Amino acid sequence: MTTYTSLDAVVANLTSDLTPVRPLFSPAQRATAWVGLVAAMGIALASFCDLSDLFRRLASTPDMWMSVAGSVATAILAALAAFELSVPGRSPRWALLPLPPLTLWCWASGLGCLRTWGLSADTETHVAAEAGHCFTHILMMSVPLMAVMMVMVRRACPLRPHLTALVAGLAIAAASASLLNLDHPFDASASDLLVHLFAVALVIAINQLVARRAVADPMRA
Amino acid sequence: MERVSSTRSTTADAAWSGLMAAAQGGDRVAYERLLRDCIPHVKRVVRRTGVRPDAVDDVVQDVLITIHRARQTYDPSRSFTNWLSAIAQRRAIDHLRHRGRRDRREVSDDLVYDNYPDAGDTPEAALDGEHRSRDVQGAVAALSPALREAVELIAVKQRSLAEAAAETGKTKVALKVNLHRALKTLRERFDGGA
Repeated sequence: MTTYTSLDAVVANLTSDLTPVRPLFSPAQRATAWVGLVAAMGIALASFCDLSDLFRRLASTPDMWMSVAGSVATAILAALAAFELSVPGRSPRWALLPLPPLTLWCWASGLGCLRTWGLSADTETHVAAEAGHCFTHILMMSVPLMAVMMVMVRRACPLRPHLTALVAGLAIAAASASLLNLDHPFDASASDLLVHLFAVALVIAINQLVARRAVADPMRA
Repeated sequence: MERVSSTRSTTADAAWSGLMAAAQGGDRVAYERLLRDCIPHVKRVVRRTGVRPDAVDDVVQDVLITIHRARQTYDPSRSFTNWLSAIAQRRAIDHLRHRGRRDRREVSDDLVYDNYPDAGDTPEAALDGEHRSRDVQGAVAALSPALREAVELIAVKQRSLAEAAAETGKTKVALKVNLHRALKTLRERFDGGA
């Protein structure tokens, strides 16, 4: 009887605290908004880059097209999956959605890496310098994308915060790597690819840490 | 983990969905009705997830609070029961994990309470001490003012004879005599009453 009174009191409290709320936009709409932000950043970045270099390289090596397409598709589908996962009642299988383009991205990047395997020492030195640039680029691009993603995911109610953060981190890292193509229009060497992978893993790990507080469970917010 | 399937009919689900849509618009009557109506369903989901009966109501409270905080995430074009069941199941799993972590961290040995009794006073002794203290206070209060002054300063407040003499303006000898007389009076009273 005491317990019933307690639940009764909870209902009364919640009812008295009721204010109108605007239903959240659908995951597809929110993903579109976030991808729109990535596109806007891409347009801004393109104005400072030599696009002719990029198009020349893309025309000569089809696997680089696949790598770019893979990273862009990973970013889009991972963003959609993260926003789906942030809503109660949606299947956790949404987390599998970005896996096919992720596989394509990794495979195509590996092909580019193989092509640069036998380069001269001078070229290797140049590529090593580029790797540092890539690392900084991916991390710097991730910061605004992560901030916006966290705010948007936080508006929902991620009942699986770790899985949501993992997929969101993949979207952020893939988007940053896609933007990197604008001022890094050549194949990744082995060291370059390792740096890319490390940067992507680091972005996902940082996102996981940030999400622990930002994408807090609503009960613990 | 057994998957909790929706047992509610489409009509009933549509009714809940309508109530939640109204609640999102700020309708308190609809919201109260919805919360009260869904409690049995939430309890069922929580029990099926494996929460012990004594903790079910705690988890239901968590679920109700989560519903409140996440109400903007409900899409009225979708099933309310699925949305609700997902929250209830997740809260139940969180509870089980929390309980599991606590059980691993804390050790409970019921026999300890039998084998190692509390070193402090037993309840009877504590009560007895309280009575004795009240009797002593009454006896001191019944002393003459001069004797009571000597007891309070020297025995209770633990002043030295010199400090007590400086405080009262009496000689140390006079205070000492008064203290002896007071203690003798008290002893006679308690010995006589025993």
